Amino acid sequence: MDFDYSDDQKFLKDEARKFLGGRCPPAVVRGVLDDPAKSYDAPLWAAVAEQGWLGAAIPEEHGGLGLGRVELCAIAEELGRAVAPIPFASTVYILAEAVMAHGTAAQQAAILPRVAAGALIGALAVSEGPGVLTPSALSARVEGGKLSGVKIPVTDGDIAHVAIVLANEGGKPGLFLVDLTGAGVKRETLESLDPTRSVARLTFDGAAAERLGGAGEGFDLVQAILDRAAVLLAFEQLGGADRCLEMAKEYALGRYAFGRVIGGYQAIKHKLADMYVKNEVARSNAYYGAWALNDDAPELPTAAAAARIAASEAFWFASKESVQVHGGMGFTWEVDCHLYYRRSRQLSLVAGSPRLWKERLVSELEKKNAA
Amino acid sequence: MDFNDSPTEAAYREKARAWLVEAAAAHRAEHGEPKANTPEHMAAAKAWQARKAAAGYACITWPAAVGGGGGTPIESVIFGQEEGKAGVAYGYFTIGLGMCVPTVMAFSDTDTKKRFVSPAVKGEEIWCQLFSEPAGGSDVAALRTRAVKDGDEWVINGQKVWTTGAHYSDFGILLTRTDPDVPKHKGLTMFWIDMRDPAVECRPIHQMSGGREFNEVYFSDLRVKDSQRLGEVGQGWQVALVTLMNERLAVGGSAGPNYREVMELARALPGEDGPALSNDAFREKLADWFVASQGLKFTRFRTMTALSRGQTPGPESSIGKIISANQLQDLANTAVEMQGEYGVLIGPEAAAGAAFQQSLMWAPGLRIAGGTDEILKNIIAERVLGLPGDVRVDKDVAFKDMPTGR
Repeated sequence: MDFDYSDDQKFLKDEARKFLGGRCPPAVVRGVLDDPAKSYDAPLWAAVAEQGWLGAAIPEEHGGLGLGRVELCAIAEELGRAVAPIPFASTVYILAEAVMAHGTAAQQAAILPRVAAGALIGALAVSEGPGVLTPSALSARVEGGKLSGVKIPVTDGDIAHVAIVLANEGGKPGLFLVDLTGAGVKRETLESLDPTRSVARLTFDGAAAERLGGAGEGFDLVQAILDRAAVLLAFEQLGGADRCLEMAKEYALGRYAFGRVIGGYQAIKHKLADMYVKNEVARSNAYYGAWALNDDAPELPTAAAAARIAASEAFWFASKESVQVHGGMGFTWEVDCHLYYRRSRQLSLVAGSPRLWKERLVSELEKKNAA
Repeated sequence: MDFNDSPTEAAYREKARAWLVEAAAAHRAEHGEPKANTPEHMAAAKAWQARKAAAGYACITWPAAVGGGGGTPIESVIFGQEEGKAGVAYGYFTIGLGMCVPTVMAFSDTDTKKRFVSPAVKGEEIWCQLFSEPAGGSDVAALRTRAVKDGDEWVINGQKVWTTGAHYSDFGILLTRTDPDVPKHKGLTMFWIDMRDPAVECRPIHQMSGGREFNEVYFSDLRVKDSQRLGEVGQGWQVALVTLMNERLAVGGSAGPNYREVMELARALPGEDGPALSNDAFREKLADWFVASQGLKFTRFRTMTALSRGQTPGPESSIGKIISANQLQDLANTAVEMQGEYGVLIGPEAAAGAAFQQSLMWAPGLRIAGGTDEILKNIIAERVLGLPGDVRVDKDVAFKDMPTGR
């Protein structure tokens, strides 16, 4: 039985925490939060690239470090803890993972080395409006290799170089790689609930599009991509949830009311114990997801869904109750609680809401049970 | 991240499994499968324990010199898993070997150890733990059972409650108050006692679940020798902490129906529109139960990993009962509600053999036994997160001056 990070992975995680402690303190996150012109922190992005993290799981032949997915999970946990304002998820968990899993050799050679070098930002463009996008409602389309349609919202769409776009071709949904710096692409940065992660409307009018994966498999491919991303996102959520618990605990130990620290009151203690319980459930499910992702196990769909649901719940609960423990201070712009509250929402929504993942999980259980 | 045994662990598992197959077959041939709570069931349990002890599979982590297996904690966990799969596990010895006898081993002289440890390992004698009282549940140190010194003996009067297995136990460890003039934690003393003494009376408690698995135990002028004392006079609380610490290594699963069983029920039951399983509200709950169950299972794997690496497990295992007890209650209630009015039936007509109704009535006890939800949250807050203890109004007050309610 070896169900934990290895010593090497723990070392990597510790180093990542130290690195982000120096390069991504709250002031850096706030630099993006408070400046509408900034979509991400470019110096941090460059530093992260220099660390090799963008290519951690990319094979060495494509310029990466060729480490496993568990190492990537360890990095994700620390990025989540630091609420890093960079397009790491869009570029690494989604674009690079998707191209490794579904791309042709040529697509891999074109994209992966640039991701590893920090020269390419990715995005996933699926949504076209509020609610769930069904196949019959999908309106973006590709004709003769040219994409038309509107995608909103697209996380990191304003700064990405390449997007994976879901669109119909010949009446069948497919995925397409689109160069966002080319002709026929209009991008508008939109205001977001979490300004530390940028979001855009992309309007395509004859943009060059190259298919990724099989024709007609668009929705299945999106799900497969999100299964992988969900595990990695769960580690970011877990890191954020852990930090919320820590912040709430530190505050509860230093704040006095009615003559003693508020951390001595059971109402506060039980709230923090509830956070701890949810975080541990999330951690154990995330570890299982990491195993399934790293081993390409057939259990990945259930493991990813469970990791995603547990981590979404843990981060939501920890972020909202951390504000509560901080009292009035927690409601101010100056105290960092809202950075986590915002990020918990952004991370829960970016790859499908927990509600959708619960339905997916139960459908998988039904399949398994019927088999 | 890997669920596989290390080569050493795999070899041990293989050896244990091979032994279990043969031993379980021989055991069943001899004893059959008697009904629980019968003398035959107890006889079978004792025979199985003796068989394990002879092969070194009883008390695996204890030294061979006292009758144990001389093995490691991970071996003990592996054997427990395989024993569960072999379907021959009995619960009568858990408290004695898990908590009482380790306390005897830690606090008694060589003769006493020689007298008691080996018979307990072999299943010849069963032990119970006499701590909780009507006036001291979560607050065990508020107990009132009095022990008064009389020459070389102590005279004990009082009452214990919720004592698991008192009626079939041969011996017990008993926490008493020997000095009411000092604050409550300082006036306690521990003894071992003979449960067959006529001055000890067990009365089963009729629980809200309908069952009678626990007992009240009354002591009327019970006389014990001073040599039966475990630890110093007035050190009973420290001795009790050693007993309770031994509880922590239990790596058990939760009892009762889980998401699988409720899913099966929902598949078969008609709902508003198709089977109950197609109801969105139900599906969302089902997902939550699955995630929590998996969370507990993999948390146990994390504990095992620490043992496997020769490390002390972290505090993560403390989340177990809070989750499993509350989930059992919610799951059982949902399953019963799903049946509509039919859910009130618990007789032969009942759905799923009334398993969900039984769990519904058992779950409240599970949320209280072995530390209430609230005490467990205090423990997490104080011992894991390092938050301060509550204000203690009784800390510097002599026990006899403490206010008491009903």
